[in-house]
Amino acid sequence: MNSQRPVNLDLRTIKLPITGVTSFLHRVSGIILFLGIGFLLYALGKSLGSEEGFADVKDTLTSPLAKFVAWGLLSSLLYHLVAGVRHLIMDAGVGETLEGGRRGSKIIIGVSVVLIVLAGVWIW
Amino acid sequence: MVTSVTNLSRSGLYDWMAQRVSAVVLAAYFIFLIGYLVAHPGIGYDQWHALFAHNAMRIFSLLALVALSAHAWVGMWTIATDYLTPMALGKSATAVRFLFQAVCGVAMFAYFVWGVQILWGI
Repeated sequence: MNSQRPVNLDLRTIKLPITGVTSFLHRVSGIILFLGIGFLLYALGKSLGSEEGFADVKDTLTSPLAKFVAWGLLSSLLYHLVAGVRHLIMDAGVGETLEGGRRGSKIIIGVSVVLIVLAGVWIW
Repeated sequence: MVTSVTNLSRSGLYDWMAQRVSAVVLAAYFIFLIGYLVAHPGIGYDQWHALFAHNAMRIFSLLALVALSAHAWVGMWTIATDYLTPMALGKSATAVRFLFQAVCGVAMFAYFVWGVQILWGI
């Protein structure tokens, strides 16, 4: 490719608008979940494998570090879910304007903050 | 026209659809699972084991695992093709991107086999 061509959309030089922030968080939470599948499968396999394994997992989940990891994964899942539902709503043609997009971003931040706090209360 | 060779279905429209359909399956699965755990605080091994030993749950879990595989591939592919570009990495971008996608593919395949082992091992 001719290197003299103008470069468009260099993400490092652009200040992200709120719609960009929520989109970026959707991606980051997706990556966290992809890495987290390993933890979840490990816990699932151990808890289903035997009664001792189940007790082990339950016991591990009482430690602050494990609670924090669980909360982090659950937060990623909740945010990813809320932002994903919004995508489906936008696919249906709702909230596709610039103003609608900004409003949608604010709504998913609000809804996920509430859910993430509730998840924290549930875990602790 | 450039033909995509690393996306899931070689068609952006099919990938888009696969991402949406798998998302709905995953949403249903995790809302059910979280709802179940919230509704049964202090759940014991017997009840937990019985839930996953149930045939309907086994089918639901396998469906979620298949959906997860497709969903994760489309998602990680999107991220790889958006950020691991010649603009960000220079000449080695294609090699780095392919390596990253290979790692994602192998990891997801391993997750899938592991998940099947868990579901059928109980």
